[in-house]
Amino acid sequence: MEQRIRALREQMEQRLGQVDSKEKLAAFWQEYLGKKGSIAELMKGLGAVSKEDRPAMGKVINEFKAQAEARYKALNEKMEQLELAARNRLEAVDITLPAQKRPLGGLHPLTIVKDEMINVFAGMGFEIFEGPEVEDDDHNFTRLNVPKDHPSRDMQDTFYLGGDLLLRTQTSGGQIRVMDLEKPPIKVLVPGRVFRSDSDATHSPMFHQMEGLVVDKHITLCDLQGLLDKFVKQIFDADVKTRLRPSYFPFTEPSVEVDVSCFECGGKGCSLCKHTGWIEVLGGGVVHPHVLENCGIDPKEYSGIAFGIGIERITMLKYGINNIGLLFENDLRFLKQFKE
Amino acid sequence: MKVPYSWLKEYVDIDVSAQELMDKLFGCGFEVEEMIDLGAEVSRVVVGEVLSCEKVEGTHLAICQVNCGEYGNPVQIVTGAPNVYAGMHTPAALDNSRLPGGVVIKAKPLHGIPSSGMLCSGEELGLNDDLYPGAEVYGLMDLPKDTVPGADIREVVGLNDYIFDISITSNRPDCQSILGIAREVAAVLGKELKMPATDYTCSEAKDPDLKITVEAPDLCPRYLGHYVRNIQVGPSPRWMRRNLALCGLRGISNVVDITNYVLLEIGQPMHAFDMEQLQEKQIVVRRAKDGEKIQTLDEKEFTLNPDNLVICDGNRPVALAGIMGGLNSEITGNTTQLLFEAAKFARDNVRHTSRALGQSSDSSARFERGISEYTTELGMARALHLIQELGCGEITSSAFDCSAGAPREGKRFTASLSRINSILGIEVPAEEVLSILERLNFKVIRDGDILDVTAPRYREDIEVGDPDLAEEIIREYGYDHVVPTFLKDAQVTSGGKNPEQQRKDRVKRIFCAEGYHEISTLAFYADSDLDALRIPEDAPERNVLRILNPISANLSIMRPLLAPSMLNIVVENLKRGNEDGRVFEMSNIYVPRGENELPDERLHLGIAAFGDAEDFFTVKGTVEALGEALGTAFTVERAQDVPYLHPGIAAYILCEGERIGVFGKLANEVTAELKLHKDSKSNHKIFLGEIDYTLMMNHVAASFRYRPISPFAPVIRDLALTVTEEITCGALMQEIAKACKQVTDVELFDIYRGEQIGAGKKSMAFKIRFESEEKALAPEDVDRFVKKILGNLKFKLGAEIR
Repeated sequence: MEQRIRALREQMEQRLGQVDSKEKLAAFWQEYLGKKGSIAELMKGLGAVSKEDRPAMGKVINEFKAQAEARYKALNEKMEQLELAARNRLEAVDITLPAQKRPLGGLHPLTIVKDEMINVFAGMGFEIFEGPEVEDDDHNFTRLNVPKDHPSRDMQDTFYLGGDLLLRTQTSGGQIRVMDLEKPPIKVLVPGRVFRSDSDATHSPMFHQMEGLVVDKHITLCDLQGLLDKFVKQIFDADVKTRLRPSYFPFTEPSVEVDVSCFECGGKGCSLCKHTGWIEVLGGGVVHPHVLENCGIDPKEYSGIAFGIGIERITMLKYGINNIGLLFENDLRFLKQFKE
Repeated sequence: MKVPYSWLKEYVDIDVSAQELMDKLFGCGFEVEEMIDLGAEVSRVVVGEVLSCEKVEGTHLAICQVNCGEYGNPVQIVTGAPNVYAGMHTPAALDNSRLPGGVVIKAKPLHGIPSSGMLCSGEELGLNDDLYPGAEVYGLMDLPKDTVPGADIREVVGLNDYIFDISITSNRPDCQSILGIAREVAAVLGKELKMPATDYTCSEAKDPDLKITVEAPDLCPRYLGHYVRNIQVGPSPRWMRRNLALCGLRGISNVVDITNYVLLEIGQPMHAFDMEQLQEKQIVVRRAKDGEKIQTLDEKEFTLNPDNLVICDGNRPVALAGIMGGLNSEITGNTTQLLFEAAKFARDNVRHTSRALGQSSDSSARFERGISEYTTELGMARALHLIQELGCGEITSSAFDCSAGAPREGKRFTASLSRINSILGIEVPAEEVLSILERLNFKVIRDGDILDVTAPRYREDIEVGDPDLAEEIIREYGYDHVVPTFLKDAQVTSGGKNPEQQRKDRVKRIFCAEGYHEISTLAFYADSDLDALRIPEDAPERNVLRILNPISANLSIMRPLLAPSMLNIVVENLKRGNEDGRVFEMSNIYVPRGENELPDERLHLGIAAFGDAEDFFTVKGTVEALGEALGTAFTVERAQDVPYLHPGIAAYILCEGERIGVFGKLANEVTAELKLHKDSKSNHKIFLGEIDYTLMMNHVAASFRYRPISPFAPVIRDLALTVTEEITCGALMQEIAKACKQVTDVELFDIYRGEQIGAGKKSMAFKIRFESEEKALAPEDVDRFVKKILGNLKFKLGAEIR
């Protein structure tokens, strides 16, 4: 019996070498481990073994069985792996084929920049207010300290709609509407579209502004520069510096233009800054006491600062756009370039 | 405004370079937009003394030996100029010299004769008779004999000068003159201002008949007139013509030049009437009569109305006040007596008349910004002084001063040092404040913190005290003294977009996720844009807000619909070869309300998709995605009456039964008019949509609460139904969903038409999802539901199970 087992074992090893498919492996199972297989036969033959040899012989058969099973299992795993590998090979794709695109849309560059600007000021505690685009003379001019005969009405070419109605030339009117609704402390941004009858490479009859207003006790010109310093550093570059220079707006006194040091050349002078080292970005000033009075705020108790930023200007500077018209042509080849 | 450097120097001892002066002016609020260097284009041109000149036989040329001082003596230069002579001093352009217009002169032979440069005419140096007398002589410039050979020509002919082009902010009309800028220069440099001479003496002579009346003092608060006789019209002196020329004015005659000179120098527009042309020796300043006519100096005729102010003689208008004189009383070569006018006219009236008539001048530009009565007085005095200085007339004692009674002193007010500092946020030393104000001609009496201030008469912009002074002080003290502080005393406030604003952002992002690009289009277009969309004349959208003064007729109405703008962008993109795309815009449309009432600005969403890959259902997908993302659901209803959409491929968008918008394919007849290439498929696949944002958002809950998920597995059943062609998918789905509350989703997965089901019929297969929150659904339950559904469908829509 022992000899038979040994022979079977040797035979099994040989047979194993020939197993190269699942079918052959199944046949192998039938031959050795099946109900009528060699090992079952051996088990049946155990009855003929003497009683004292039976345990030892049984053990040998069981070892043989365990070995056969282990071999089977290992081979089965190997087979499955081979099969999987073959399937994977068959299913493999050329990953360099073009993707199935589900095109993403995107926000207009002016929206992207406007939101970026809002985020900077929102972090400083500014609320957002949106006023009407069609305004009356009172909000757009008179209460902003621009009386009827004032020459500065000529600074801006206004579109008139009849009666007192006009298209707002500036978001500054939002200052008045905010101060009519709220009392200090006020920190508010008024973004929006404004309209002037002007159209060339640097002007569009419609463009976007963002007005900022702070009214509280002890607000000074120094605060205006401090605030705008932080703004330009976040919008352009941490190294950018601001410079104030005198200007004139009827609703602020003193009024300033704010320049930033050129972020392209670092102030050395280049074509972007017209070789001056500085780029004009916005205007502002200390709120004129008449404007506060016009809104029922006592200028002896409160003071304010206001500024107006051209969103197109910032957008063009940020992205190096040289013609404002591009922003309103809405050519998809242009729009698709802007990512948030 | 053009300000010659040399002219400024007549009033201030400027001890800084032109560049430094430009920087100083910039710092105190006067931006020099351009600094023109008159001699910038001229180099290596010197005074040459022609030692000998020898005609070349058979040519027009002459060989000259020229003494060019340190640059060579002699230098041989060949010239073709007829007026050259031995002993002449004339400009010599040396080898490698430059002349205006980028001309470079090199030594090279002329007709084979070596020539080391060129002798120049005045024109070749960019000169004219006004800038340098004799510059326009035919041939070479004949310079005075005391000029030194070898001397730089720029120094000799006055090209070593600069012209500053300064932008003046509208609050500083007092600086619309050379004197005004000189005052600022004196202040910023801390120098004394030398005032131009204004003294004159009047003769005994008088014209007792001459009368001046101002009938409209509201439009003419001050009117000065002075009678000058024995006028000798002739050319004005060299210095006057040069200064005028530097500012771009040509010399005309002494009298006319004086009025122009005073305008530029003092900033006071002057007018001179030929006395002999004034009927009845009268000047009446009054509003024009309706239909009254005037022909101005430039021979244009205008019909006037009472909004226009005119200067009249006894019978007729002789000048359009503040804008231009009349042709009928013009100063000519034959004028022997004149009446000078210096006046202050109301700035808005001049502006309105100038705009209304489309007529403007250097005078009207100044009156529109504002002239102070100080300037008016100074201007008249200066003009009379110049008459005397030039010796071209006799100043009579007939002088008139019509005044509405404005005070003759500067504004006086109280200011406070501490309040000034609290506006600026820095401490400017008191002495500095006082010194600055003094330099700017403010009279100040200090009592501790309090300042008793009198502003100069010409500073009519000063009105509110402390803030005005704060501005004056910081612009002189220097903005570099401002120390940035970050709202150090302000209270903390909460900021950011409010929920409503955040929801707008969300809606935009939904469109972006659907592949749409946001666009930004103008808020105005033309009636023809509505015509193109076949909007009927009587449609509510035709009630629009009109711009009275549009840039062009194309941009004359405030848009009542986004669709025309969206279509324009689609067409523009197609024309540029962008064959497909999806765009949206969130913008206002404008619905007029009552007169002087702000219109209803309604936020709309415009949608456009175009290209071969688009169809009605791709856009519908976006519309539904929008509804779903907002936590609501949109349904559609056939839209057959939208003039710009295809009646069979368009739908109203409904939310909770309310129409909130529309979308669909562009109507064939509209597409045909677009004149796009017929061979491109994209051109015929244009889809537009428009949603009223506010209406839509009314159906969107501000907040939402979570709904429990059923713990029981759903059961899915497929149903294929046969119906007649006119039964819509929507009707079937609606009925299926209505039939039983356990139906949580219905999805169409197939449509079949064919012989098996017969003509005029179709089979639609739906995947129906059943769910219950109470129990696990057994097959029998679902069978019951299906039976109920089929019963309903058969009864209502005649549907049969296939």
